[in-house]
Amino acid sequence: MNGDPMQFEEPIVRLRRQIEELSAMEAEPARQAEIAELQQKLTKVSSEIYGNLTPWQKTLVARHPQRPYTLDFIALLFEEWSEIHGDRKFADDPAVVTGFARFRGQPCCVVGHQKGRNTKEKIFRNFGQPRPEGFRKALRAMKMAEKFHLPIFSFIDTQGAYPGVGAEERGQAEAIAVNLREMAALQTPLIVTVIGEGGSGGALALGVGDRVFMLEHAVYSVISPEGCAAILWKSAANAPDAAAAMKITAADLKKHGIIDEIVPEPAGGAHADPPHAAEILAPYLEKALKELQKTKGSLLPEERYKKFRKMGYFEK
Amino acid sequence: MAWFRKEKKPKEAVEKSTAIPEGLWVKCDDCKEIVYRKEVEQNLSVCPKCSYHFRLSARERFSMLFDDAQYKEFATNIKSGDPLEFKDTKRYRDRLKVYEARVGKGDAVLCAEGKLEGVNVVISAMEYAFMGGSMGSVVGEKLTLAAERALDKGEPLIIVSCSGGARMQEGILSLMQMAKISAALARLAEARLPYISVLTDPTTGGVTASYAMLGDLNIAEPKALIGFAGPRVIEQTIRQTLPEGFQRAEFLVEHGMVDLITHRAEMKATLGRFLRCFLAK
Repeated sequence: MNGDPMQFEEPIVRLRRQIEELSAMEAEPARQAEIAELQQKLTKVSSEIYGNLTPWQKTLVARHPQRPYTLDFIALLFEEWSEIHGDRKFADDPAVVTGFARFRGQPCCVVGHQKGRNTKEKIFRNFGQPRPEGFRKALRAMKMAEKFHLPIFSFIDTQGAYPGVGAEERGQAEAIAVNLREMAALQTPLIVTVIGEGGSGGALALGVGDRVFMLEHAVYSVISPEGCAAILWKSAANAPDAAAAMKITAADLKKHGIIDEIVPEPAGGAHADPPHAAEILAPYLEKALKELQKTKGSLLPEERYKKFRKMGYFEK
Repeated sequence: MAWFRKEKKPKEAVEKSTAIPEGLWVKCDDCKEIVYRKEVEQNLSVCPKCSYHFRLSARERFSMLFDDAQYKEFATNIKSGDPLEFKDTKRYRDRLKVYEARVGKGDAVLCAEGKLEGVNVVISAMEYAFMGGSMGSVVGEKLTLAAERALDKGEPLIIVSCSGGARMQEGILSLMQMAKISAALARLAEARLPYISVLTDPTTGGVTASYAMLGDLNIAEPKALIGFAGPRVIEQTIRQTLPEGFQRAEFLVEHGMVDLITHRAEMKATLGRFLRCFLAK
């Protein structure tokens, strides 16, 4: 875990730099051909590297600072976005964004975790770790969506709920628990996409949906690999082992029936080409919405119950 | 590593097999007094000096709550598998065998039905001695079955929590149990059936962040540790020592998250009183 955590990206970075340097020079047919060749090579190398990521490498990709966040997907996929703030009880939590927008012309509600990119933003967003107000704000928006018969799109990207004194005092556990119960009963379509990190209860608190999609290199787990390693291996340095043992990748979750579909990412990961990542995701959301809108809203909780009722594995 | 330095092997975590350790005398976890074991047992496993509530097994709990200690267990035929083939320093499968031999086949929760002060109820009680009461697929399934049974029979549900949270060895499947149980409780609420959550020491993590906090009433035993994040995690995050009494039952009442604290000796009478009130129609 020492050094550059994204070391495996080295060959990709090198190629990109070469292409950039060549492009900066005067355009000549020979040079253009060379660039084209390098481009091809880049695509090949990227898909090779990204096709064979270990669970721990995927965790690092899911946390990549250039990875598209909720607000990026909103800008790329939705129109007329209007954000709303506050839980009407205590405060606004910038680690969760909520609002209303249009998707393919249709009015809808959007909720999601939000991380920050630079230091100032990161602190403002509390590193994407919600406090109880964030969960309560999201629930308020979702209840409003139900009231006005609007479908809900939820984007998951958090390391987990914030473990702080104030968060505990104001009922972090209660806020998550209430979301789980209330989301189960919402009489409106709820489409969830895990776009980056799906960290434990803080992720699930926005994740009880009729459809749950997951980007190819996103991860979703009961506890962070570092947390699991610290408890079971007694050392956070074993995080790569814990990441492998907990089966946190999209392919694993699909296998265990937790998610509905894996959404492919562009070669080199979503951070290499966010607009393309959004373009790939769009038809999944569109199809799910069409399907779900065929069912009467009041019947959706029954379907959702059946979906989650099946989850788990035990022997008789 | 220098040759003279002794390499320290990490200690295996061993959960206490019984709430009160064997021997004639026991040391209270809270006041550290050495107390006579028999005296503690006769006192409902409550420390006679400081009234710390020792942990109870699920069946001890049933005996205290059901009339004449008469109850019928159900959902007894399911046990944990190893869906992820999980291995840390030890295989999950092997860990399960050890706990099954030591604690019993019921995993970390037992479900039963019977009468509490004459009211028909379904009660589930967690078994802390089984892997720290951790919630995996079996706990999720059994509690969902309990909620569904209460719904079918039109009876109230009581869950006595005692757990460190979700079971890491079942990964994401454990996390999803939170959603599953909460969804079942939503149906119970829809049917206007009472659900009372009894929180005992300790109730943390994913258990608190789902069913333990969703009671129509959340009733805690005195001094019980109740929280989402464990105290150590919070200390690491804020880099400060936590104040005395943080995340104790009394702290949760003060912050409006728990309805009341009830001494173990009063628990049954309290539950009975509320249930009769709620079911009066």
